[in-house]
Amino acid sequence: MSPAPATPSSDARKAAAPKAAAVQPVIEIERLDFFYGEKQALFDVSLGVAAKQVTAFIGPSGCGKTTLLRCLNRMNDLIDVARIGSGEIRIDGINIYDPRVDVIELRKRVGMVFQKSNPFPKSIYENITFGLRLHGLRKKAQLDEIVERSLRGAALWDEVKDRLHESGLGLSGGQQQRLCIARAIAVEPDVILMDEPCSALDPVATAKVEELIQELKLRYTIVIVTHNMQQAARVSDRTAFFYLGKLVEFDTTQRIFMNPANPQTEAYVSGRFG
Amino acid sequence: MNTRPETPARRSILRQPSWAQRAETAFFGLLRLGTYFVLACAAVIFLDIGIKGGRVVFQVAPPFVNVPFLTQAPETLNVFTLDGVKTKLGDREFRAFKAAHPEKLQGVAVESYVYSAGGIFPDIVGTVLLVVGSMVIALVLGVFSAIYLSEYAKDGPFVRFLRLSIVNLAGVPSIVFGLFGFGMFVILFNWNVSLLAGWFTMAFMVLPIIITASEEALRAVPKGLREGALALGATKFQSIRTNVLPYALPGILTSSVLAIARVAGETAPIMFTAAYVVRDQMPWQVEKWTDFFFQGVMALPYHIYVVASKIPQNEYTRDVQYGTAFVFLFTVAAVALCAIVLRARLRKKYRW
Repeated sequence: MSPAPATPSSDARKAAAPKAAAVQPVIEIERLDFFYGEKQALFDVSLGVAAKQVTAFIGPSGCGKTTLLRCLNRMNDLIDVARIGSGEIRIDGINIYDPRVDVIELRKRVGMVFQKSNPFPKSIYENITFGLRLHGLRKKAQLDEIVERSLRGAALWDEVKDRLHESGLGLSGGQQQRLCIARAIAVEPDVILMDEPCSALDPVATAKVEELIQELKLRYTIVIVTHNMQQAARVSDRTAFFYLGKLVEFDTTQRIFMNPANPQTEAYVSGRFG
Repeated sequence: MNTRPETPARRSILRQPSWAQRAETAFFGLLRLGTYFVLACAAVIFLDIGIKGGRVVFQVAPPFVNVPFLTQAPETLNVFTLDGVKTKLGDREFRAFKAAHPEKLQGVAVESYVYSAGGIFPDIVGTVLLVVGSMVIALVLGVFSAIYLSEYAKDGPFVRFLRLSIVNLAGVPSIVFGLFGFGMFVILFNWNVSLLAGWFTMAFMVLPIIITASEEALRAVPKGLREGALALGATKFQSIRTNVLPYALPGILTSSVLAIARVAGETAPIMFTAAYVVRDQMPWQVEKWTDFFFQGVMALPYHIYVVASKIPQNEYTRDVQYGTAFVFLFTVAAVALCAIVLRARLRKKYRW
């Protein structure tokens, strides 16, 4: 990953979000307004996501955290009425909503893990190789190697190495979610977006995925949306609290949970609303 | 047993059935009766055709199946009494007999009945050809339209108009499709009465079924599968091809089973566009391969129609009608069975 170049408007961003990341951010969201048709879902959101850290988006349902996450790999393009009102999102200094941007390439670099695990109804092996084949990789030896590496990377290899050619749907819920993570890292992204990856998992499976996130952040930049505040506190380095489409507070996780500046944040993290 | 004290609550639970319960029982009985009535109707129809047609198609002596009926073309039946024995001969045999023994038939009264001898092989072949061809066309057009409508088209007045047109198309009577095909394909395109004209006419007729059902099947594929593929950098088309269409295929095939039955059974659309009353050559007896598409064929439903309504009725034509109806049911069942087997295989392969 090339270091993100300094952006000319970084002063403006700092003005909008006083507690921006101290490290040079790899994803910069600047004064983003986002609409579903006439309804505005995000208001003037500015924040920076630092490389090789876990950034958590928290907030009550409907606060726009998932919308923002899906802006980062342009999954919102699939919704007809979704549009960006103003502002921009830069990844490595490139505005990803620039018309010249190749969305396919962007999504390769910004992988995603969904709320509901969605392994394809194919074998475990085919699940992992799906993205690689799409991008033209056909050599079996190479595919085999990447399958093993990805499954090891997702802490799933030992559990499935003997049944790589069985359906991915035969796995347990937690294994399926880790399979989806393996599938995402198989295409070697820079960033992994996780949309409430543990919301459908039991505590043991959740613990495994959280452990995995800690390992993954050594190599990938991770943005995670979660409903579960304890989870945000456990896995993330930085936390952004959203409320009604606005970024209320963005700081290190420790500060958000121990000593938030904003009374709304304090009320939310202490469980008084949300 | 009943040692507990009587309380109002216990009494009300144990009392006689209430009005609501009686109504429930009566209504349930009514539903059951309705279902049984439908079953009884189906049973009568199938038994009638099965027994009377079965007598024509099957026989007591080996090989137990009336092979000529299934393998020969229809012929005129000649009936005459020779040396006190009532003899029934098909036209070819009769001519051969006449040529060999011209003296024997001197002064013998010969009655002839059209289409009452031989078999219905060309009709079976024609029906299978018509069904397969029109299903291929209908599936290609239908699945393409369904993919466009459910995956690509943005909802708006135009798409709503399209959907409305498709639904309306389903309500058009089949004879109108027949006349449309006649005007469009037979006359305007100058395809004459041909397989091709029949294929397209019937394909258009079943398109609404296929489009509507395919759209449902495509919609039933979980959104997560599409998004999963897109998030890995697939284009929309790649995601549809690898991750939507394969899983929708069983559902699409379910609708095709219905469409097959409709295509095989309809007489009206083919009587002007594809069907011949009688034809001597088999469909593969063509000079150039292109002629294959521009030939008319005989077809089972049209044969039943002709034998039942266009020729004088007698005991011999009755056999042909029932036999043809029996074979017809089996042919449709066989083609539909192929689709069902294919669907079962796909379901097994792509289970989610």
